[in-house]
Amino acid sequence: MSAAKHRWGVAVWLSVGWLVVLALAAIFADVLPLYDPADTRAGIPLSIPTSQNWLGTDQLGRDLLSRTIYGARVSLVVGLAAVVLSSLVGGTIGVLAGYLQRTVEAVSLFTADVLMAFPSFLLAASIVAFTDSRGLLTVVLVIALLYLGPTIRIVRATTLSYANREFVTAARSLGATSGRVIRREIVPNVVPTTLSLAIVAIAGAIVAEGGLAYLNLSVAPPTPTWGSMIAAGKPKIDQSLYPVLVPGLALFLTVLALTLIGDAIQKRQGRNLGAI
Amino acid sequence: MSRRLLRLLAVLVAVTAASFSMVSLLPGDTVTAVLGERASEEDRALAREELHLDDPLPLRYARWVGGAVTGDLGISYRTRQPVAEALGQRIGVTLELVLLSQLIALALAIPMAVLGALRPGSWLDRTLSGTQLAMLATPTFLVAIALVAIFAVQLGWFATTGYVPIGDGLFANLKSLLLPSLALALEQVALYARVLRTDLIATFDQDFIWHARAKGNSTARIVLRHAMRPSSIGLVTLAGITFGRMIGGTVLVETIFALPGLGRFTIDAINNRDFMALQGAVVVMTVGFVVLNVVADLLHGVIDPRIRSQRATAR
Repeated sequence: MSAAKHRWGVAVWLSVGWLVVLALAAIFADVLPLYDPADTRAGIPLSIPTSQNWLGTDQLGRDLLSRTIYGARVSLVVGLAAVVLSSLVGGTIGVLAGYLQRTVEAVSLFTADVLMAFPSFLLAASIVAFTDSRGLLTVVLVIALLYLGPTIRIVRATTLSYANREFVTAARSLGATSGRVIRREIVPNVVPTTLSLAIVAIAGAIVAEGGLAYLNLSVAPPTPTWGSMIAAGKPKIDQSLYPVLVPGLALFLTVLALTLIGDAIQKRQGRNLGAI
Repeated sequence: MSRRLLRLLAVLVAVTAASFSMVSLLPGDTVTAVLGERASEEDRALAREELHLDDPLPLRYARWVGGAVTGDLGISYRTRQPVAEALGQRIGVTLELVLLSQLIALALAIPMAVLGALRPGSWLDRTLSGTQLAMLATPTFLVAIALVAIFAVQLGWFATTGYVPIGDGLFANLKSLLLPSLALALEQVALYARVLRTDLIATFDQDFIWHARAKGNSTARIVLRHAMRPSSIGLVTLAGITFGRMIGGTVLVETIFALPGLGRFTIDAINNRDFMALQGAVVVMTVGFVVLNVVADLLHGVIDPRIRSQRATAR
């Protein structure tokens, strides 16, 4: 491996570029010259791309470019918030489990096992369905729950690999409290290691949101989401491909970008942490 | 091994208890779900009585477990069909789907991994790795819709939806499942190929492979006879773990292709607030997860004798 001078490839820069453009478009969607995403008079229903509707229209005549950009809000917020949340909670549990060991470790590993044994997608789907509150917060919480188990396991394993290293023992023998050792010695080492996994997890969270939305179990209409757009376009797929193609491509490119970036970081760290 | 079994059993109890209390505690009135909005007060009371809804939760769970171990998973609130019977009718479809897609995934992943691992860093390896990343980045439901759009709508080679039971001919049956299993397999292909490639590269660097090579064995023989077996531990573990992921995939794939399987059944149960049916489906899937984990563990011992002897000395 040419680890000495590992430059980011073109693909990684393109990925970063796509994510930046998408995020900016989603943030400034309100001030961009776009159609209202709910406006059914934006164009002729199921039209192909024209000078008015750059990416065509859906079955109700709504502008697909506008809906895809507004849909990015849900995907990006859910992906980011869910992973940040599960990293904070799962990361804390994982570090404590790996450093304190004994009962804490046993209990958190068992919790992780239960969470992972539960058919996770169904867990998410049933919570959203039963709570009847299909708001952004519910979806974020549910998807964060999906990543809690794996996060606990991975962070614990990483912590374990540092817990008995010399610099940790040294800090402890100098009289540092457990809290200080965790904050000053463990966390600064664990965070970079798990960062690339978190980026890949964002991709997974966005896919999970898309799947829930496809089943009509994500954020409620009229808020456009990529998954619900794809679901709505599917029955008319023999008449027009664009209502499925446009949000589908946006989803694909976003997930691909995150996967490529996560992969590149992993390679740079010279480690293959496996697929989990 | 027995300790691990005990642990998995505890997981099973915890999962069923959690799902039981979750579906019971979550808002949404069961009786309204069963009888509809306009049921009379008397009918409601009768239904509550009949479904034992007023008993304390632990008692209801204990009663349910008592039934479950004898194969009685209760009666669907919606269709009045015994849950075990309903699951029995659907599990075959899902098992066939998962099995077929695992076969497809392995059939594609193993050659990809071997070709990449033989010359790491070559253009072929990089192309294959890139393809795998793209596969990893394509959500299963998107693959499913793309396959429908191309092979069913545009080319007309397959029916867009529907399932042909095996009784109506094996070929028609397989044909109706080919697109769904392909959709489900694609993500697995990438995962499997990546793990196996990494493990193969590590194995190829070991002394016994150099020895086999020095003796003049052909590359094919080295890969098949010597390198495959020690490199497949990661693959076997992963295949066991990804079952849960596949269940998530089957829900979407079965919805898109209108297959009467377990995933579709569960989503219907969720949408109908059919607690008993949902509970039954969760149990079947969790048992499947636990069993697959045990099988993967046993396979480790078969693949690598050192693990077997470690286990023997550890106890």
